[in-house]
Amino acid sequence: MDLTELAIKEAHEGLKKGEFTSVDLTKAYLDKIKKNNKKVNAYLSVTENLALEMAEEADRKIKSGTLEMLTGIPCAIKDAILVEGEKCTAGSKILENYIAPYDATVIKKLKEQGAVILGKTNLDEFAMGSSTENSAFSATKNPHDKTRVAGGSSGGSAAAVAANMAVFALGSDTGGSIRQPASFCGVVGLCPTYGAVSRYGLIAHASSLDQIGPLAKNVEDCKIVFDAIKGKDPLDATSVELGIQNTEFKIKNLRIGVPKEYFAKGLEKEVEEIIREAIKKAKDAGAEIIEISLPSSEYALACYYIIGPSEISANLARFDGIKYGLSEPAENLLDVYLKTRGRGFGVEVKRRIMLGTYSLSSGYYDAYYQKAQEVRELIKQDFKEVFVPPGAGSRSGGKKVDLLFCPVSPFPAFKIGEKTDDPMSMYLADIYTIPLKLAGLPGISVPVGKIKSLPVGLQIIGNHFEEDKIFSIASQIENMVK
Amino acid sequence: MKFVFLNFMLSKDEVKRIAKLARLELTEKEIEKMQKDMSAILDYFDLLKKAPKVKVEAASTKASASRRDEVVSSHNIRDELITAAPCKKDDYIKVKTIL
Repeated sequence: MDLTELAIKEAHEGLKKGEFTSVDLTKAYLDKIKKNNKKVNAYLSVTENLALEMAEEADRKIKSGTLEMLTGIPCAIKDAILVEGEKCTAGSKILENYIAPYDATVIKKLKEQGAVILGKTNLDEFAMGSSTENSAFSATKNPHDKTRVAGGSSGGSAAAVAANMAVFALGSDTGGSIRQPASFCGVVGLCPTYGAVSRYGLIAHASSLDQIGPLAKNVEDCKIVFDAIKGKDPLDATSVELGIQNTEFKIKNLRIGVPKEYFAKGLEKEVEEIIREAIKKAKDAGAEIIEISLPSSEYALACYYIIGPSEISANLARFDGIKYGLSEPAENLLDVYLKTRGRGFGVEVKRRIMLGTYSLSSGYYDAYYQKAQEVRELIKQDFKEVFVPPGAGSRSGGKKVDLLFCPVSPFPAFKIGEKTDDPMSMYLADIYTIPLKLAGLPGISVPVGKIKSLPVGLQIIGNHFEEDKIFSIASQIENMVK
Repeated sequence: MKFVFLNFMLSKDEVKRIAKLARLELTEKEIEKMQKDMSAILDYFDLLKKAPKVKVEAASTKASASRRDEVVSSHNIRDELITAAPCKKDDYIKVKTIL
């Protein structure tokens, strides 16, 4: 038996029955990482000592009979999430030697369950990018085709799960950074509703959008991890307590919307065929499929690249060469700032800080930042118009829908280097993952097909805090495409 | 998508002014590339001009988006935080003279 192929429940059963220990499981993963990480570059650091300590602790817990679902299960953590006493680089030279002084709330929750942390995964610098090529520590390669990108920014987390170098991983999603790499690498990735999971201890990118979420081998695992990390945290004022989400939804009782704007020019034909086929399967299973319109979709990308960078320019002001991280020697204080930031940040981070500073600067604020906030309201309205209001029964309220089905990305994983010189073409990779973020909605990517060796994910979007509906239907779709 | 013709070109001086506001030291080469890239992106933002007007007052007053001053319990990581500073003396973080 190859222990690294097990999903969470299978591994959990094995641990419970004593077929293997968490130390066995952890060592199997550490061996695999040693053998394969060089080829994929999914991990930036492997926390071997921590992992083995945690595995031994988990084995004691198992012996005493107090195990929980994640006890002894090895996982990978995006290197923008703090794990106490371990390096946290955010994929940036400015934090190359930074040691996290505390645990993020999600890490605390994983530790309470007894999960085992194998290491920290690669990402675009400060999670800004769609390919992991913006990492200061070189790109992650797609395990399905090593000449191609793994997607981003949580590319290392997606690749680690796809290459069986972790049972599951945590990532973060600001504009598509969990769903797009999940789609490219053929794993399941959820971006939860804004507020569903605490961001305390996540290195901030754009605070009105950032959300932590799971990447896993299947929908069931994804739900297990989401349930473990969700909930209100006094240390993140935006977090909320979720009601119990155990309702099972049947696909035949649901109305599924297909947004026509997501099937327009730019979508590759083979991707469209795979997504249409998945929609047909839902229809054959009894779902009512209706075409809907989200008319403000065309503005979403421009809106995002004003709001995101504006928040980035404020959030990244903390990297000043004084409090932590890189510090370039200079004559006076201003030069410390200028040189540290000029040398410590990479190209894309600088570009976004510049765009944000411009959008917020005197004389341009109304035309850019203010306008983008207005457009964000339009995009929220679009989604509000189409979804069944929370609490209302399915298929009530005229032609309102329960969920939306659409592509995650207009194309499968692209070649390494293909888009690095043209930032606009890289930004367009997020065209289907951005709109829901502006509305704070949850979305999942589920693998539904392949173009040759390259996986293609279906995106399922739900109303606020309806992750249970998304998981139910995603799991049924997963079975249909098996 | 290619942006061959730009309606708008950011001047080099404007790039330098923004870089100073953003506290970023850029090389000459970086300034040139930034000028080109930012112009293309800002040109794309023009798309928003045709979006209908809406009121956003309602959005900014939502309870979930507002922040309150809250008392956060102490974490006792004072020493770790000071250790993280690149330049320090005893228990103090050292900075360059400002005046």
